[in-house]
Amino acid sequence: MKKSKIQNPKSKTKRILITGNEACGEGAIQAGCRFYAGYPITPQNELTAYMSKRMDEVDGIFIQAESELAAINMVFGASVTGARALTTSSSPGISLKQEGISYLAGCELPAVIVNIMRGGPGLGNIAPSQSDYFQATKGGGHGDYHSVVLGPASCQEMFDFTRMAFDIADRYRNTVIILGDGILGQMMEPVIINPRSQIRNPKKWALTGCKNRKPNIIRSLLLKQGALEEFNRKLQKKYDLIKRNEIRFEKYRTEDAEIIIVAYGTSSRISRACVNRLRKDKIKAGLFRPISLWPFPYNALKSQDKGKTKFLVVEMSMGQMLEDVRLAIQDDKRVHFYGRTGGSVPSEEEIIGKAVSCKL
Amino acid sequence: MEKIVFKKPDSMTDATMHYCAGCGHGIIHRLICEVIDELGIREKVIAVAPVGCAVIAYNYWDFDVSEAAHGRTPAVATGIKRVLPERVVFTYQGDGDLAAIGTSEIIHTANRGENITVIFVNNGVYGMTGGQMAPTTMIGQKTQTTKKGRSVKRDGFPLKISEMIALLEGARFVERTSVHAPKEILKTKKAIKRAFETQIKNEGFSMVEVLSMCPIYWGLSSVEACKRIEKEVIKTYPLGVLKG
Repeated sequence: MKKSKIQNPKSKTKRILITGNEACGEGAIQAGCRFYAGYPITPQNELTAYMSKRMDEVDGIFIQAESELAAINMVFGASVTGARALTTSSSPGISLKQEGISYLAGCELPAVIVNIMRGGPGLGNIAPSQSDYFQATKGGGHGDYHSVVLGPASCQEMFDFTRMAFDIADRYRNTVIILGDGILGQMMEPVIINPRSQIRNPKKWALTGCKNRKPNIIRSLLLKQGALEEFNRKLQKKYDLIKRNEIRFEKYRTEDAEIIIVAYGTSSRISRACVNRLRKDKIKAGLFRPISLWPFPYNALKSQDKGKTKFLVVEMSMGQMLEDVRLAIQDDKRVHFYGRTGGSVPSEEEIIGKAVSCKL
Repeated sequence: MEKIVFKKPDSMTDATMHYCAGCGHGIIHRLICEVIDELGIREKVIAVAPVGCAVIAYNYWDFDVSEAAHGRTPAVATGIKRVLPERVVFTYQGDGDLAAIGTSEIIHTANRGENITVIFVNNGVYGMTGGQMAPTTMIGQKTQTTKKGRSVKRDGFPLKISEMIALLEGARFVERTSVHAPKEILKTKKAIKRAFETQIKNEGFSMVEVLSMCPIYWGLSSVEACKRIEKEVIKTYPLGVLKG
């Protein structure tokens, strides 16, 4: 594969009203992803339907797989050839994909996986949730590995982050997870689709048939004494590089804040409104929004701490990102938590009430 | 003047095989390489290796090979073939990989009519993990997990998955062969060639089930293992073309 520049001069920037699920799918198309395999599950069905339509339009490949396992392994196969490949699902389906994600990590194959989270554990419900944070950011499948995890908070970011995810995946030969939720997937917002040219580097490791080169092998089995440790240490070096390059976060009114709400995705949107209302009541509140959930912006968060600053972690879970915030701040008594779970969404009043009580 | 009458296929590496004495994998690996040489497709082939004894087949095959998670082999091959339809893509799977943990993948891959080739090695036992019962284990056969022999009441029946696949409209060529005798080895090679040709002609899914010996976990000598296939195994798994 030669270094190629893909550009469509005819396409122009446009602003359209679409769901987050569709924005995510369009982001993949705009990234040059031409392979999708998925399995139906609510609340991400619009995404699969959108890909079936769009892949036809762009001469891409769409497969409705017989299972989540088959879907992630079809993506594995596509990635083996060097293609940009996507699979999407929601929580119970993402659990099934963990085997494949671990193998992708073990073979250092790039792929993008979207999780439109719903309530769990088990079959749970189909309402929005953020309870797969541990699974996404701490590994998820077996073995010493990490996926890059991005937490969008709008339909625009569903588009932007999915498109960006393919570049990150290729750059590091790593899996990238887009961690959305049922609200982000199903709500509609105007999204700016701004086509851009892209530079794609050749993937010399890909399997394409061994014409004019030695055979390539894609493997994760390393039985020789010490070989797996050596590989895992190499992976760790890659993860260290990712930690240096790919930390993303947003600060909102944190400069003079005495209480900083820490939230991502849907929770961060609600929390932003709370910050504005608290400020009107003369309470110096701010918002810190981690965008890269792995690598987590520990140092950036800690640098917001003025010694007496209170932190309120808001999640649609029983407290998962909370652990990373505690690791960052290293003073648990100043780190408070408010969460709703099982598909319930926190209200502004609830968060404001909690913020006022931790301020005291 | 020296004349070469027998040589290693070009598609094979010089590596020493790790397989046990009397195992059929070495023969089947070689047959595949002979066919690939004869069809002149070494530079177009992409193989997918299973989890099982043949996981490191890439040590012996001198062409592009990917591993796959246990049983997901046909799903991985599907992804490869859809992106690169001009390449010749095949999976190499054992009975645990194909007929147990990967039953769903093989059925649906065949049913979609994916234009790939499957080489299915059936030795009726899990070799790599120490000789446990496989779905294809014969009734009465003693294994690590059927010490008194496979019982229908406890363990159910041997799974005739090739017959099941032959029923699917997406499957174009399905044949069962064996490598227990020279004549059968030649027939196996012919079947493998036909399977690859089915793919090259874009006709759809092709599969060859090859009955193979596992003397170690059958508790038999190499010679006795070959005889067992001839006398017992082919009664449950009759040889011949099932489709195509």
